[in-house]
Amino acid sequence: MNTMQRQVVIIGGGPAGLAAAAALHDSGIRDILILEREPRLGGILNQCIHDGFGLTRFGETMSGPEYAQRFINLVLDKGIEYITNCTVINVTPERMITAASADGLLRISADAVILTMGCRERPRGALSTPGDRPAGVFTAGVAQSYINLKNTAVGKRVVILGSGDIGMIMARRLTLEGAKVEAVFELQPYPSGLPRNIEQCLNDYGIPLFLSHTVTRITGRERLESVTVSQVDEKLRPIPGTEKVWPCDTLILSVGLIPENELSLQAGVQLDPRTKGAVVDEQYQTSTPGVFAAGNVLHVHDLVDFVSLEAEKLAKAVCRYLSGETEDCGITVETDGSVGYTVPQKISGKQDVTLSFRPRRPMRNVVFSVLQGEHCIAKKTVRKALPAEMLHVQIPASAFVSGESVKVVCEDA
Amino acid sequence: MHKTYTCIVCPNGCEIDVEYENGQLLACSGNLCKRGAEYVAQELRDPRRTIASCVLVEGGELPLVSVRLTKPVPRDRIFDVMALIHALKLQAPVAAGTVVVTDILGLGSDLVATRTVREA
Repeated sequence: MNTMQRQVVIIGGGPAGLAAAAALHDSGIRDILILEREPRLGGILNQCIHDGFGLTRFGETMSGPEYAQRFINLVLDKGIEYITNCTVINVTPERMITAASADGLLRISADAVILTMGCRERPRGALSTPGDRPAGVFTAGVAQSYINLKNTAVGKRVVILGSGDIGMIMARRLTLEGAKVEAVFELQPYPSGLPRNIEQCLNDYGIPLFLSHTVTRITGRERLESVTVSQVDEKLRPIPGTEKVWPCDTLILSVGLIPENELSLQAGVQLDPRTKGAVVDEQYQTSTPGVFAAGNVLHVHDLVDFVSLEAEKLAKAVCRYLSGETEDCGITVETDGSVGYTVPQKISGKQDVTLSFRPRRPMRNVVFSVLQGEHCIAKKTVRKALPAEMLHVQIPASAFVSGESVKVVCEDA
Repeated sequence: MHKTYTCIVCPNGCEIDVEYENGQLLACSGNLCKRGAEYVAQELRDPRRTIASCVLVEGGELPLVSVRLTKPVPRDRIFDVMALIHALKLQAPVAAGTVVVTDILGLGSDLVATRTVREA
């Protein structure tokens, strides 16, 4: 088997990988190879046919396939090399990649590896819901793929567990296709998706959303016949006596996304238990030198626009890495209990940096401050902070007062 | 009268407090931009939505081509538009941007393909 040599290999041809490739090319890097598992580029956007992508990145709203095509066209126009139907099966800490392709096994040695594999849905098995194992239980993304790509209906009478954005978007989509969506149930006392999706996907179609509820039994022999739904208490435990049976033939699960990091682990990349993605510095470099990550494989985003912007920043950092410029990122970013995580987790204190973070619970009229010792070096005031919405705070290079760690804290405004 | 709206124009999803009378906007607050005010005024007058769906394709690499409306249509006409979309069938190839239906149901909005489906 021949070993190819490439300057940069990008694993995953979805929105993050495509944006990184185009931005690398713009910075003068020519020796780029994108490896994509599916038959076509574009990733999950291919099945996200709804409107609403692109407002931040392009200033106009479009569907997922159209958003993807913008970046696919950039990659094609620049003549960037890519291989589809190509599954990467191993990445070593020395950046040796093994991939299965239509032309057999490939071995590629890369100066820099960019991880843009995206995320996966939490499946039924992760929920430990008691009951039968009938047909008719789907994750929201699988149902989306059946309906929007394969012309296969999933069912007629639908219950949705989880108020993630994809679940709500599927509630609308299924309704438009003639199914009856009975209700959406959310375990938490607050919705996990964006307010605009509650409005335009549920309220517009009279679909009720029940917070602090979960499915506690799945019933059906061959096909799903009903689900039992219970209220939960403040510790998210089902309350006995609140069970209600909802007849349905389909249960859609929209219960969270998890970064896909099998390859990252092989490459020796340290993961953050909070994001379930890599720990990265402000260059988007992981704990394995020369291995970078951006997009949903790094932390799950609510908007693809931020995925593209993150990948474009990563590309600039990869260029600096390839030309031998490195910054020591010795400042760790800590959080108080109100903030779920930050990305990046390590910074240099020598460059302007933007921290992405998520609040852990809904809050109103709060200030998120970045403290270094006693000093507040950046802050962001927010009228409405939701776990569904990623927030960003910029720290100018000039604001750092030392090489000590920084902490993101939340206070009432 | 008072009402609170969630703006759907952009992902900010502003919560907008609205004061109105006889379907006319008198005052609003909470919107980060003027599109929010335009949105609630339109909601009070005549709520409109764009929708996305798929149309059958014969002889294509995929059995469906995704489509969307170019302009919002009255919310209570969405299912009429869907009935028309369900009755359509195209022949591959279909290029992204192709206008599949011009001025759908006379509502002033076109139905366009949002992806390319090549011949199988």
